Amino acid sequence: MDLAPVIDGFGVVLEPTNLLYCLIGVVIGMLIGVLPGLGPAATIAILLPVTFGIEPVTAIIMLSGIFYGAQYGGTITSVLLRLPGEASSVVTVFDGHALARQGKAGTALGIAAIGSFVGGTVSIIVLSLVAPLVASFALDFGPPEYTALALLGILLVSTVSSGDRLKAVIAACVGLLLATVGRDGFTGAERFTFGNLQLADGLDFVPIAMGLFGLGEILYNLEERHRSVQAPAVVANVWPSRADLRQSSGAIGRGSVIGFLLGILPGGGATLASLAAYAVEKKRAKHPERFGQGAVEGVAAPETANNAAATSSFIPLLTLGIPANATMAVIFGALLIQGVSPGPQLVTQEPELFWGVVNSMYIGNILLLIMSIPLVGLFVRILRVRATVLAPITVLITLIGVYTVNNSVFDIMLVIVFGALGYLMKKLGFDPGPLVLAFVLGSLLEDSLRRSLLIFDGDPTQFFTRPISGVLLVVFLLVALLPPVRAALRRRRAATRTPDTTPKELV
Amino acid sequence: MTSAPQGSTGPGSHDGSPAGATAAGTAQPAAGGAPAPEMDLAEAIHQVEAEEQEVRPPAAGPLSNVLVAVAVIVLGVAALVGSSALGLGSARSPDSGTFPLLVSALLVLLGLGLVAAARRTEDAERFTGASWLVAAGLATMVGFVAVIGVIGFEIPAALLAFVWLRFLGHESWRSSVLISLGVVAAFYLVFVVALSVPIPHLF
Repeated sequence: MDLAPVIDGFGVVLEPTNLLYCLIGVVIGMLIGVLPGLGPAATIAILLPVTFGIEPVTAIIMLSGIFYGAQYGGTITSVLLRLPGEASSVVTVFDGHALARQGKAGTALGIAAIGSFVGGTVSIIVLSLVAPLVASFALDFGPPEYTALALLGILLVSTVSSGDRLKAVIAACVGLLLATVGRDGFTGAERFTFGNLQLADGLDFVPIAMGLFGLGEILYNLEERHRSVQAPAVVANVWPSRADLRQSSGAIGRGSVIGFLLGILPGGGATLASLAAYAVEKKRAKHPERFGQGAVEGVAAPETANNAAATSSFIPLLTLGIPANATMAVIFGALLIQGVSPGPQLVTQEPELFWGVVNSMYIGNILLLIMSIPLVGLFVRILRVRATVLAPITVLITLIGVYTVNNSVFDIMLVIVFGALGYLMKKLGFDPGPLVLAFVLGSLLEDSLRRSLLIFDGDPTQFFTRPISGVLLVVFLLVALLPPVRAALRRRRAATRTPDTTPKELV
Repeated sequence: MTSAPQGSTGPGSHDGSPAGATAAGTAQPAAGGAPAPEMDLAEAIHQVEAEEQEVRPPAAGPLSNVLVAVAVIVLGVAALVGSSALGLGSARSPDSGTFPLLVSALLVLLGLGLVAAARRTEDAERFTGASWLVAAGLATMVGFVAVIGVIGFEIPAALLAFVWLRFLGHESWRSSVLISLGVVAAFYLVFVVALSVPIPHLF
């Protein structure tokens, strides 16, 4: 492997501007991780306008810092308040909060920070080794492969997303339709513009992401659904003891591996990884009954895994151009805005960007470790800031921020429309993530589909005669068809009321 | 397909793995809902999420689920009509309407599926009194965008912040006034003075 670009990447990271933005990114990430309400996808979406004025590599360094920083921050509220700041910290609540009740909150936070650091770092190293290989493998992907890949990516994100699978796929379809608005790249025909000049160039990604993720989430939280938070007193002694470290070293190791692997899968990501790592530890433990009563491994494993997964979920984006989750979809949008199209050429054509971003994660993780251990008290104090004060500020940042992108009042209207849509979707059980992801991938999917059909002379069965697209499409069909069939079978079994004591897990 | 633990749920009380092909629903809740000391992982997560959202409104009834499904179908049909107007093309020579046609046809099918599932759907929330807060919040934003071109951003932004703080957030009068003025001043300094963004401003 050629090391020169990797080392050049460190040169990029160590530029003062990039270091500064890395710091800003991880601090913001940590903050929003601590504050319940806005998640990383929403925050990154809201900050998209900020990235316009800065270099691509700097922008992505900051945005990715927000993403993995949030994984660290989410731990704090899980442990102290039994209130997960992020979905990926939900399982940390069980043992983390139990430890806090025993007066060992510091131990839990310390072990989580160390686990997060190890998981993140291991994941970056493996990413550095694996990503160029994946990218070079993907270099000769043609339109059929991309069609299959985009289809599978959208489907996986929809099916693994929180909430109803059917509704998630519907959201994805709406995203694909929204992507067709504007001038058709092949024929020049205007599609779904209703004669509106502002729509002729298509819908912008920024107002959609800001509206659905940002405003949608703020409006949803307006319904007073969060418990009022009381910041606890000081957290003392964050350094875990040597015994704790020894006890959780296995969990941290396994968590890193599980996190890395699940993070790569589209739709997998941090939440799933933390659940899986917790389940594995509990299953392996000699005394599984300790879990939930304050087992350190129960904190170490999920926290390690969610960080490893957060890092490795960059792989599909940076090597294939397929975002693996909602946050990656927003970062994908940010790259497009910067004029960079993520894909297999990224490693070779934009080595500074690729290695700059990847290597910035080492720095970011070190910064986060520093912030999580000695400075944790500071972030605990942030909890005193009330959501009711933050909400209007965030709304104004969104409304004014979206204006600054194109200096267009029309964009403010769009962001409000999509904010209302985002609220309604969350309210009615539709996850907005698949919509944004499908919107981002929509033109890629349509272009490759149309090109493939031209190549195949209109014969879609040829998708299956090419090995890679064939395999991807078979997986696609399995993922699409298996769960509904299983659900139908299960319902039938329930209806006939067969006393089935040992339900078998298929797959 | 994953390295996730594919635990076959044993006859005992061990938790089913939440990973794998389906994130939810792998662990089937036992028939007798006795609160076992060792709770199912999926259930425990549900409990945490429920606690976090203590005041979550009740689930919407079947009627609103059907309405949602109908809305999806209507959207799909409208898009179908729109795409056929664009020229459908054929598999051999796809036209502008081909792809939207496929997607909207799928949308109609999925909408029909939603109708079929309407009785079982429980993830939609009912609109409650608190939903009026959202409507009010949206109204302030619409007001903001309606006047920003005419009188600049300062006054509408201050009013928006004030309404959100005082009436939506129940802050005190004093802090509502102070915070909303402070926020607008900060925005003015950042956007107009420091960054000189061409945002419509009064002063």
